[in-house]
Amino acid sequence: MSKDLFSAAGFYEFVDEKKLMGTKCKSCGELFLPPRPLCSSCHSEDMEWVEMGGKGKLEAFTVTLYGPTRMVEAGYSAKNPYCVGIVRMDEGPAISAQILGFDLSKPEEIKVGTPMSLTFIDRKEGEEEKTYIGFEPA
Amino acid sequence: MKKFNRGVALVGAGMSSFGAFPGKTTRDLFVEAFREMHASVDKGFDPNDIDECYFGNYSSSQFEGQGFTAPFIANAVGMNPRPAIRAENACASSGTAVRLGITAIASGIADMVLVGGYEKETDRSTEEVTAILATASDNLYENVAGFTFPGLYAALSTAYMHRYGATPETMMKVALQNHENGALNPKAQFGKRISDFIKMKQRSAEKKGKPIPEWDDEMAFLRDPRANPVISWPMRLFDCSPVSDGAAALLLVAEDMAHNFTDKPLYVRASALASGVPMHDRSDLSMIETATQAGQTAYEMAGVGPKDIQVCEVHDCFTMTQVIATEDLGFFARGEGWRALEEGRTARDGDRPINTSGGLKSKGHPVGASGAGQVIEVWKQLRGEAGERQLPGEPALGLTHNLGGSGQVCAVHIFERR
Repeated sequence: MSKDLFSAAGFYEFVDEKKLMGTKCKSCGELFLPPRPLCSSCHSEDMEWVEMGGKGKLEAFTVTLYGPTRMVEAGYSAKNPYCVGIVRMDEGPAISAQILGFDLSKPEEIKVGTPMSLTFIDRKEGEEEKTYIGFEPA
Repeated sequence: MKKFNRGVALVGAGMSSFGAFPGKTTRDLFVEAFREMHASVDKGFDPNDIDECYFGNYSSSQFEGQGFTAPFIANAVGMNPRPAIRAENACASSGTAVRLGITAIASGIADMVLVGGYEKETDRSTEEVTAILATASDNLYENVAGFTFPGLYAALSTAYMHRYGATPETMMKVALQNHENGALNPKAQFGKRISDFIKMKQRSAEKKGKPIPEWDDEMAFLRDPRANPVISWPMRLFDCSPVSDGAAALLLVAEDMAHNFTDKPLYVRASALASGVPMHDRSDLSMIETATQAGQTAYEMAGVGPKDIQVCEVHDCFTMTQVIATEDLGFFARGEGWRALEEGRTARDGDRPINTSGGLKSKGHPVGASGAGQVIEVWKQLRGEAGERQLPGEPALGLTHNLGGSGQVCAVHIFERR
């Protein structure tokens, strides 16, 4: 149902199916990730879902020692930090996600511009199984 | 070109101290700011002549459990039944309130307006404050990924460093410079130089009978992960503005009335506000587009350029943000801001002094009060009342730059002493 609305709920339903989906304006062709129900360029409401290819480049990142409660509950801490960043997809738009696969004890060696591949992170939160988008070096 | 239908002047300005004040609410803090503002009006005024009130407040609802603040604050300073409106634009809430007050006078609906801001953050734990501030980022797509507020600005810092060659040392030098200025500001939360922090650490170790730590100089202290731990790489503790309580109050009047209040009014030359997209939607993460846009609008409105600005308070919520702001406002070319900082050009004795108040970094960052607080430094500097930190040469033109969220809002104001 939510998928009909081109909303965040629809986006995360696709993430649960391990798909990274944006929306494309059928009127002017502009691509949006995360999705939009309304084109911010031409204001058309004629949208369709488009799956991203999963390749991109790291545009900005940080290695966080003091995260929000949800990340603390997932086991992250000052001694076990996590990396989060913004990845620009080869299709053009960019998205925030957790970044895996780097040696976080040497953040100065992580390079902006590193080619990245999409992955998905499964995490048990209480009784719920959650899926998040992530990226790792290609 | 945008212009006011009639001119607006600033004739009074006051603030509470910024810091941690257990037992004081935003109402108490705003009364302190109002009292100081009242006393600052050279020829005096009757508060009953005020027509309207505009207040900046980010989130008393989350910080104090008070979801609705404007009439309570108006009540605390005897302003009921006048219109009292709360502006919320995250950390740019009171920059936004300043703009609303200006537009009320410029429209002709009010002649005299009370503007200000307030925030009370320190009753909450650090973890709670982190969570509350994070609600100013993109709840659907940034928080979910694990971004905190220091994390978002840390990511901007990596994009800037990668593109232009700045390093974490640049960021440490911003902290050094702003604490140098803040040490001369009696209202500052951390009115201390980095060398004072070193002495404090040494004294504390001595008291506890522990070995007394030594550092070669202030930079060695800032590089030491025990003294200055990483919060969200490359951001360390001394790169972050503090959790603060505080309030600020300003009195705006129609320009033709200004001399009834003071012989030294400041005239509002420009008021600009821009809104923008969340971080992932930006084409360039080494700059903040809203600041560039609001800056350009303000310069056009005032008919001046970056070179004409003599006093400037920018929104240094995190150290690298200050460097980026000096480029967004056109003081330095893209990629040159970090060099200018490292060469001391933005220090109090440099050719482009920035944040003579100590900035949010040293003065404190009670988010809803910060934008109005910046105006107070411009007021003091342009009137020659900044004490030990007074800039030489009788500056006449000052600018404030107030960011909200991850830079999704920017308010820029330009003031002139004629």
